[in-house]
Amino acid sequence: MEMDRDTLLKLYKTMITIRNFEERGIPETGQRRMSASVHSSAGQEAVATGVCSQLTDEDYMGSTHRGHGHCIAKGVEPRVMMAELFGRATGSNKGKGGSMHIADMSKGMLGTNGVVGASIPLAVGAALTSKVKKLGRVAVAFFGDGGANQGILHESMNLASIWKLPVVFVCENNGYAMSTPAEYALSTAQVSDRAAGYDMPGLHIDGMDVFAVCDAAGEAVARARAGDGPSLLEFETYRYYGHTVFDDPLTYRSKEEEDHWRARDPIQHFRNTVLPLGDITAEELDQMDQEAVDMMEEAVKFADESPLPEEIELYDDVYVSYPAAELKRGTNMGI
Amino acid sequence: MTTTASLATSGTREIQFREAVNECLRQEMALDDSVIIMGEEIAGGAGREDQGVVDAWGGPFRTTVGLIQEFGRDRVLDTPLSEAAFIGAAIGASSTGLRAVAELMFIDFIGVCMDQLVNNAAKMRYMFGGQVKVPFTMMTRIGAGFGAAAQHSESYYSIFSHFPGLKGVVPSDAYTAKGLLAAAIRDDDPVVFFEHKGLYGEKGPVPEESYVLPIGKARTVRAGTDITLVGISKMTWVCTAAAEELAKSGIDAEVIDLLSVSPIDYDHVIDSVKRTHRLVVVDEDTPICSLAGDICSRVAEEAFDYLDAPPSRVTAPHTPVPYSRVLENNYVPNEARVISTVEKLFNR
Ligand SMILES: Cc1ncc(C[n+]2csc(CCOP(=O)(O)OP(=O)(O)O)c2C)c(N)n1
Ligand SMILES: [Mg+2]
Repeated sequence: MEMDRDTLLKLYKTMITIRNFEERGIPETGQRRMSASVHSSAGQEAVATGVCSQLTDEDYMGSTHRGHGHCIAKGVEPRVMMAELFGRATGSNKGKGGSMHIADMSKGMLGTNGVVGASIPLAVGAALTSKVKKLGRVAVAFFGDGGANQGILHESMNLASIWKLPVVFVCENNGYAMSTPAEYALSTAQVSDRAAGYDMPGLHIDGMDVFAVCDAAGEAVARARAGDGPSLLEFETYRYYGHTVFDDPLTYRSKEEEDHWRARDPIQHFRNTVLPLGDITAEELDQMDQEAVDMMEEAVKFADESPLPEEIELYDDVYVSYPAAELKRGTNMGI
Repeated sequence: MTTTASLATSGTREIQFREAVNECLRQEMALDDSVIIMGEEIAGGAGREDQGVVDAWGGPFRTTVGLIQEFGRDRVLDTPLSEAAFIGAAIGASSTGLRAVAELMFIDFIGVCMDQLVNNAAKMRYMFGGQVKVPFTMMTRIGAGFGAAAQHSESYYSIFSHFPGLKGVVPSDAYTAKGLLAAAIRDDDPVVFFEHKGLYGEKGPVPEESYVLPIGKARTVRAGTDITLVGISKMTWVCTAAAEELAKSGIDAEVIDLLSVSPIDYDHVIDSVKRTHRLVVVDEDTPICSLAGDICSRVAEEAFDYLDAPPSRVTAPHTPVPYSRVLENNYVPNEARVISTVEKLFNR
């Protein structure tokens, strides 16, 4: 894929923003004792970045529990994500959802999701909206190698296929679902093999190479937009930390395996590919690295200085309309 | 603390709730070859024996640790993320000669496999004219208070009281966990076993040998004369803490630990209310069409003439579980809410 300078710099910026968000925001959330249910996508930046680089703000995307990268790549502001992780009223979800539920409908971001596989049909439904209303929008459904074994994926692929919906099913195969190896849990050698059962293209791609991701996603998105139906893309990638950052991955995988993947770091791979071409300099990229560090500093400050939700907000947004007194009748909560 | 079953057996020592669950599984599997267990991460790292990884996780909360080494991969099965299939398969296995235990990591995921429970496990015996038994146990987790937000914090046990054909137990400590899990596994009907995340680290006296506590029997954990407080799972300890506070102002509360959500030990509650004349049910589940509501209405129907105050409840609000701690702190019933509810009943 031919890329101009701005496109390249944008890819780099997205990847380091994700990396910095994970490396800074997750430990900060832990320190504030907000939640242990926070999943780092460090190592997987190229997939989120490459796929979402092929989408517009209008296009839709459904994400997973490991969704910070998807959100950032789809254009959600890191500072409102940080505020959400810290449980603040200024968070993307007003502090109601936290890491596993970040959503920003203004960016077509249909939510990270805590139930594995649950966001897949939401993306299919968004694609249906696009088709019925002739909006020309595409929907992406992210899921993991673990999520690939949920029945809902199979039903969703079948549905999207018979209705020729503009969906791209994107599997981030990072080798594990918690500590369960993909090679144990998957019946086929590759998730992408399953596309054949639903009469759609299935591709298996290096997910540490952002350019390969862009190519594959670009084709699948174009196919969807042209009305030719869904595709299944499987990207091989790796999560650098445990399932959450609080568990030790070395109980089920080796240091050598981790080193092997870290040597293929997607951000370093970008540098190694782009710098020799001479158009972009190391200093420029270093400068962007620093900007990402500064951005997270600012995001943490913004989140810390933001107000907490009012206690009464517990009752907000359960419904669009409902008799308010019925939400708390008999609970004797004093609020 | 008093219990209806005796702890004065030899070999009683203090262990954690989590250890009691583990010990029970180990003993039941040793006693009966037909007992198998399956679920996500219950061993962890399955398929990597060649790399020396056998029991990486031993369950997400380490309740199944060591089982795969002791009982092997035929009886201890790590599953893919496919709840509809493996919970359904456990039900199928249980109706054909095995006694399968399957773990649903959190009750919030019940929607993925609910059909297997309500249309198969619960109904097979009845609709097949009594031809089959379904000695199936589903272990699962409940409880808010961990910043885990709306899809990992619910306490959906009330719905299991609702479905004819299913049983359910809600242990409140290590002792009841071990005895009720053994009962669930040995029971010939499908039973859901609810572990509260906030109880895993709690220690209590547990006999070493295996024992069974009856499904469908509540216990009185504090005797009192002025009001009956009914707790469910961890809420039992909210009730006892509230009772100690109330005692200081001269209100002597009796605390009942419900222990089973199906069958419900209405008689135990009603007998108590007939002596105390007042009732508050403390329930972490949401209030509408709930266990708390059901117990209150049953008491109103069957002990109306004994009541000096309306049967009342303290529950979560009719909302999903919020993320931010400031919001979640108000969500789960606490002592203060129980105390103020009780005081209102005395100051009417
Ligand atoms: C329906 C359901 N079952 C189980 C879980 C618990 N759980 C959360 S993440 C996860 C592993 C997911 O693995 P994968 O899909 O490969 O995504 P990854 O964590 O590797 O990004 C599990 C078992 C869940 N959240 N939802
Ligand atoms: Mg995975």
